[in-house]
Amino acid sequence: MAYTEEELKKELETKEYEYGFYTDIESETFPKGLSEEIVIAISKKKEEPEWMTEWRLEAFRVWQQMEEPEWANVTYKKPDFQDISYYSAPNKKPKYESLDEVDPELLATFEKLGISLEEQKKLAGVAVDIVMDSVSVATTFKKTLAEKGIIFCSISEAIQEHPELVKKYIGSVVPQKDNFYAALNSAVFSDGSFCYIPKGVRCPMELSTYFRINQAGTGQFERTLVIADEGSYVSYLEGCTAPSRDENQLHAAVVELIALDDAEIKYSTVQNWFPGDKEGKGGVFNFVTKRGLCEKNAKISWTQVETGSAVTWKYPSCVLKGDNSIGEFYSIAVTNNFQQADTGTKMVHLGKNTKSTIISKGISAGQSQNSYRGLVQVNSRAENARNFSQCDSLLMGNRCGAHTFPYIEAKNKTAQIEHEATTSKIGEDQIFYCNQRGIDTEKAIALIVNGFSKEVLNKLPMEFAVEAQKLLEISLEGSVG
Amino acid sequence: MLQINDLHASVEGKKILKGINLEVKAGEVHAIMGPNGSGKSTLASVIAGKEEFEVKKGSLALEGEDLEDLSPEERAHMGVFLSFQYPVEIPGVSVTNFMKTAINESRKAKGLEDMPANQMLKLIREKSELLEIDRKFLSRSLNEGFSGGEKKRNEIFQMAMLEPKLAILDETDSGLDIDALRIVANGVNKLRGKDNAIIVITHYQRLLEYIVPDFVHVLHDGKIVKSGSKNLALELEEKGYDWLKQETVV
Repeated sequence: MAYTEEELKKELETKEYEYGFYTDIESETFPKGLSEEIVIAISKKKEEPEWMTEWRLEAFRVWQQMEEPEWANVTYKKPDFQDISYYSAPNKKPKYESLDEVDPELLATFEKLGISLEEQKKLAGVAVDIVMDSVSVATTFKKTLAEKGIIFCSISEAIQEHPELVKKYIGSVVPQKDNFYAALNSAVFSDGSFCYIPKGVRCPMELSTYFRINQAGTGQFERTLVIADEGSYVSYLEGCTAPSRDENQLHAAVVELIALDDAEIKYSTVQNWFPGDKEGKGGVFNFVTKRGLCEKNAKISWTQVETGSAVTWKYPSCVLKGDNSIGEFYSIAVTNNFQQADTGTKMVHLGKNTKSTIISKGISAGQSQNSYRGLVQVNSRAENARNFSQCDSLLMGNRCGAHTFPYIEAKNKTAQIEHEATTSKIGEDQIFYCNQRGIDTEKAIALIVNGFSKEVLNKLPMEFAVEAQKLLEISLEGSVG
Repeated sequence: MLQINDLHASVEGKKILKGINLEVKAGEVHAIMGPNGSGKSTLASVIAGKEEFEVKKGSLALEGEDLEDLSPEERAHMGVFLSFQYPVEIPGVSVTNFMKTAINESRKAKGLEDMPANQMLKLIREKSELLEIDRKFLSRSLNEGFSGGEKKRNEIFQMAMLEPKLAILDETDSGLDIDALRIVANGVNKLRGKDNAIIVITHYQRLLEYIVPDFVHVLHDGKIVKSGSKNLALELEEKGYDWLKQETVV
């Protein structure tokens, strides 16, 4: 029989997370708790230079004075920061020269996740850095990239081998004291990806980082630093998954992008952390700080597809410092069951003739709460700044919520700021219309959601657009049929 | 083809159809006329299988198969098509993409592979010409920002694409100017064949000048109160519905 809204909702709730497996890999995990000793121990474990250890300690001291932010439109039991282990690494040596040395269990894990490193090796197109729990375990295509002078490696390796770059740029966009989670990350980050594109170089392939939390009771704190030197271009993608667990896991990452004069960075995220089960138990707390700095004529474009996590708190932002620089933010955030997302962006216009575009699509189902929070700030010296924002929300059923919190601060009279917002609901009429044309309800929802998200999906690199589309379908439809 | 016996249907507890009997054979065109609220659109929705409409009594069969327990999509796969009075908008989904999905879902239900892209394109070209539809129109979001005429033309375009056995046109003439009406009617006439049947639901005789029916039925208060040839439509145009209402009372 045809679906009523009630049945529709039930069906949506039966969704299952397919990446919920746990791999038994021997790991070295630090005892739970956080103190200066732990921070020093992490730094030591990574054989870091003293300046790095000092930088971490500075962050830790600032963090101790800070309080967890409460302004976001989310409610959750605050994590006990003394009940988390801040370092967990697969036990084998963390650096591999070739894939043959990688633990077969680990390779099998990535096979399951649909990332075949073997294939990555053969198929040109994407270079991958993989971060399991806290440590970068494999980076592919290093040699090909090195020929162009591109550095793509784990951040630990970069600290060892390119300290001048790391020292100059780490914390330059997201300072240690920026916010509670950024400070925590600065103190305890254990790995992440690093990328440097030299002047005038167009990176010939997509660079990609894949994050996975495996161990129980650990937090994942990775730090990504992307530097695009003058006139260069890079497209970067990150993906994330975690095993299904009853307890909540903490993920507090920091991503810093630096686009120097005339450079362009495209940063895409497909976030599929475990969202908790359908009663709202477990799931990842995703508290992430992402920010990019644009120098003259530079462009940074954030694209995100957020389907996972129990609680998301994330605002990929652009500081448009240089004249004529451009910031873009394209986002699809899906929440189902008891998920909560408070996500959006900040566009800070400092330079003249700076432009920003914000397209946000929120999809809420089940009893979830989905909020867009965005700031458009035009500084007094930013002549002729322009912004266009569009926030659309799609609701399914009667128990979910969509919220929009746009903040606009214009201190220059020449600013042009536009904001559009819509809220719609997948109607029974739409479903019936599709049914009447022979399209079943599950397919109809996928069609409607994809149509709704199209403007953003179109911004993803081709290879990932298809994957993201599928992910949207899985997130909303469950494993029925 | 379609057999309806003593059909009673309600929506939200309210009785709308109170004993419909209708037989539509392959190759026939039936017009159903009647005043507002007589149950015309309800009949269309019940045949298509809309959930809110509850069949209380009677039966409904297509080519001998009982429809009652079938979902709307299963009925569509069997060849039931409804041209909606108010087609809904689906933002971001192009007419082409929607049709492609609809055709392939029906094919899947029949155990067939997806229609090859070149064949699909050919079909789209052919059918859009039939309805004088501009190619650009096909890449627009389904019904979004369409004029009344465009929406109706798009419905008939979908009918042409899906080649249904039984097509129900619910007030397809409403909102159409005379040129659009002619194009739509022309399209429908080209789709008439000895193997399919059409039910035209309308208020006015106007559409029936273009789509000439074999039979005309008048629906009043949930029942067919009079059936006749196409001349009945002319008589209704002249005299209105009141004389029929009185006749039924007598």
